[in-house]
Amino acid sequence: MASTVAPAVQSAPRLGSRNGAVPVSFVGSSADRASRSGIWVGIFAISMSFAAFSSALFVRQGTPDWTHIVMPSVLYLNTLLLLASGVTLEISRRSLTAATLIESDHARRARIWLLATFALGIAFCAGQYIAWQQLRAAGFYLATNPNSSFFYVLTFIHVLHVLVGVAAIVYLLGRLMASHSTFRRSLFENTAVYWHFIGVLWIYLFLLCLVKL
Amino acid sequence: MHETSVEPVHVHAPPQGFWRKHVFSLDHKVIGKQYYALALVAVFTGMFLSWLMRIHMVWPDAKIHGLELLSKNGAPGGVMTPEYYLSLLTMHGTLMVFFVLTNAPFAAFGNYFLPIQIGAEDMAFPRFNMMSFWTTFLAWFVLMLAFVIPDGPPIAGWTEYTPLSAVGRDAGPGMQWGASLWGISIAIFCIASLLGALNFIATTLDLRAKGMTLMRMPLCTWAWFITSCIALLAFAVLLPACILLILDRHAGTSFFIPGGLVASDRLQPHSGGSPLLWQHLFWFFGHPEVYIAILPSMGIVSHILINSMRKPLLSAKVVIYSMMSIGFLSYMVWGHHMFVSGMNPLSSLTFSFPTLTITIPATILTLIWLGSLYGARIQLTSASLFAIGFISMFVSGGISGFFLAQPSLDIYLHGTYFVVGHFHMVMGVASLFGVFAGTYFWFPKMTGRYMNETIGKLHFWITFIGTYLIFMPMHYLGLIGNVRRYQSFVDDYMSPYLWLHKDMTVAALITGAAQFLFLYNVIYSRFKGAPAPENPWNCTSLEWSIPSPPPWNNFGDRHPIVYHDPYQYGVKGSQGDFVMQDSPEQIIASGD
Repeated sequence: MASTVAPAVQSAPRLGSRNGAVPVSFVGSSADRASRSGIWVGIFAISMSFAAFSSALFVRQGTPDWTHIVMPSVLYLNTLLLLASGVTLEISRRSLTAATLIESDHARRARIWLLATFALGIAFCAGQYIAWQQLRAAGFYLATNPNSSFFYVLTFIHVLHVLVGVAAIVYLLGRLMASHSTFRRSLFENTAVYWHFIGVLWIYLFLLCLVKL
Repeated sequence: MHETSVEPVHVHAPPQGFWRKHVFSLDHKVIGKQYYALALVAVFTGMFLSWLMRIHMVWPDAKIHGLELLSKNGAPGGVMTPEYYLSLLTMHGTLMVFFVLTNAPFAAFGNYFLPIQIGAEDMAFPRFNMMSFWTTFLAWFVLMLAFVIPDGPPIAGWTEYTPLSAVGRDAGPGMQWGASLWGISIAIFCIASLLGALNFIATTLDLRAKGMTLMRMPLCTWAWFITSCIALLAFAVLLPACILLILDRHAGTSFFIPGGLVASDRLQPHSGGSPLLWQHLFWFFGHPEVYIAILPSMGIVSHILINSMRKPLLSAKVVIYSMMSIGFLSYMVWGHHMFVSGMNPLSSLTFSFPTLTITIPATILTLIWLGSLYGARIQLTSASLFAIGFISMFVSGGISGFFLAQPSLDIYLHGTYFVVGHFHMVMGVASLFGVFAGTYFWFPKMTGRYMNETIGKLHFWITFIGTYLIFMPMHYLGLIGNVRRYQSFVDDYMSPYLWLHKDMTVAALITGAAQFLFLYNVIYSRFKGAPAPENPWNCTSLEWSIPSPPPWNNFGDRHPIVYHDPYQYGVKGSQGDFVMQDSPEQIIASGD
């Protein structure tokens, strides 16, 4: 999404550009509305993919060779980290709503909380990596049993989606830090929607792996 | 808050340089043409494979010169092995379903005309659009690699049924690396199609010109929009299925491979997987895929028929609602592909009912087309001939669907040529007729030149009669009990009917050769065709209000405003018997 809206911004005139003081957003263009639709349609497609994985998991749970494995304890910590990242992103988003110019206190606060979100996102991915290590140490590999297969597949693909979100946050941080760049707030809004979705998706996946129906 | 509403000047800057203009273009029109070109390459490859298969089927000992160059193991000395026949079958199906029937009517024409028809400058996300084409291209490239690897293409068919598609080398030639390439290619294709569908949906929802309400969108725009909604769901399910298949093949997991499976006298080191799970996931994609192929053609054909009849359809709204309900129902019927899979008979019955229900909107559509054609003074151009041909194919192929939808009949017919005839007519040929119609119709807009009508009509008649000669007998052969997927029928119970198979092969060779007329027509007309004006067919939709071929930003600096329904024909307008969608004039009903 990031690369999509960038050229439109480049061709748009920079208003009020004085000593790097740049307005925070252009509001309400049809491109903004399209990217908002785009993110929701994307979320819908991702949900559908995970629904397919889930139905495969339910079918597989019904077969006799299913053994339920105990989830690594670090996952609880990871869940907290991801939930916290949702909160920090929300604080950042609200600070930015109040900001009018890139060089304002509100914008500075938005930057700090966004940085915190980035750190938490990376920490979550690292935590998932530790969870995989713990499982391996316990002798559960990808092909060990159907439950471990699904666990690795679901968590790995979820981490890929988290990394996409992290990349979007890095891009946003870059735009917010660079004093001479324009900034499109709809991009921030969409990243926030996506990030919260990733959080909700994780809670769903965690429950799915934790509970045997 | 500092509210500044500044419309971006353009979605993207004018393209500079060869690479940006023709290769990595952000322009939806160039991307549409790239999709079309890829589909052309794929369709001729697929057709060539069908020639080889048909020749081998009736003359299994025939030496085809040069075939040994394609595969040393598959065709030693130019004579095809039975396994290589299955390899070609797989590649024919995969190329045609994914790279032709999905790409040509939906991605190619949709990309080119959907933004223009709604009055937009480009797709919502031009960079995603470029990515989705090049990702599709990569998928095609990976699939074609299967021809050159020593292992050869997979032999599992385009449905790649598990468990044999998942166990690797032991399942036969092509199943070690060929099947992996298949899985990777289709996974990539899924990502590309998801990006494309997302783009189509966001564009249709948010980039419509002023006055272009949803109900004022042309029928083909509606068809592309509904198709993109179907594609979004369908490919989102096929992608996980492909990922699990690849893991089963290379990571030792057992999603689809049951325990105790013996292939090539070797006990497979897997346990507990469910082969039926693949079928469920695959057909949850696979049946909607049929409508991904046919719905755009329905839209294109409606659009063209209305223009050639110079009067609206009996009800455009009912056409839209029928297409919607087909799209909705397409998700409830995947099990009808699995009547003989050992599924619970009660499930079969549950899937049979919605399948038969689909025939209701399909019949409504057909009746609307036929009812509108009745008494119409239709202009018989190549485009409208192919549009009428589409209805013919849709009806002929669709009627056999009634039989297949019933589990008790399907148990007999499922493994026979009846099914082959059915889906080739209703999905393959019908959809391609829509593509042909669209090509003849929109060629003047895309290139600024007419296609040759004489060659076009010749192309139509040979193709129309030829496809009936190829696919109609398949229904009868199926009723006799002619098994599908067999490499030849020489010395067995089918020998009394071998003459029919031979005739079909000859018909396939002739019909296929006629497609070179089309190819010649496209290439010749592109450079030497008669110059076409802005609106050669006196059509009402927005794509005909801009120059042919359209400039990079479609409407220039103009922002079109839409005043009318898309099909104001048979009225007194300032330019003739029609009023353009963006013409502010009042409409006075004529006659009545």
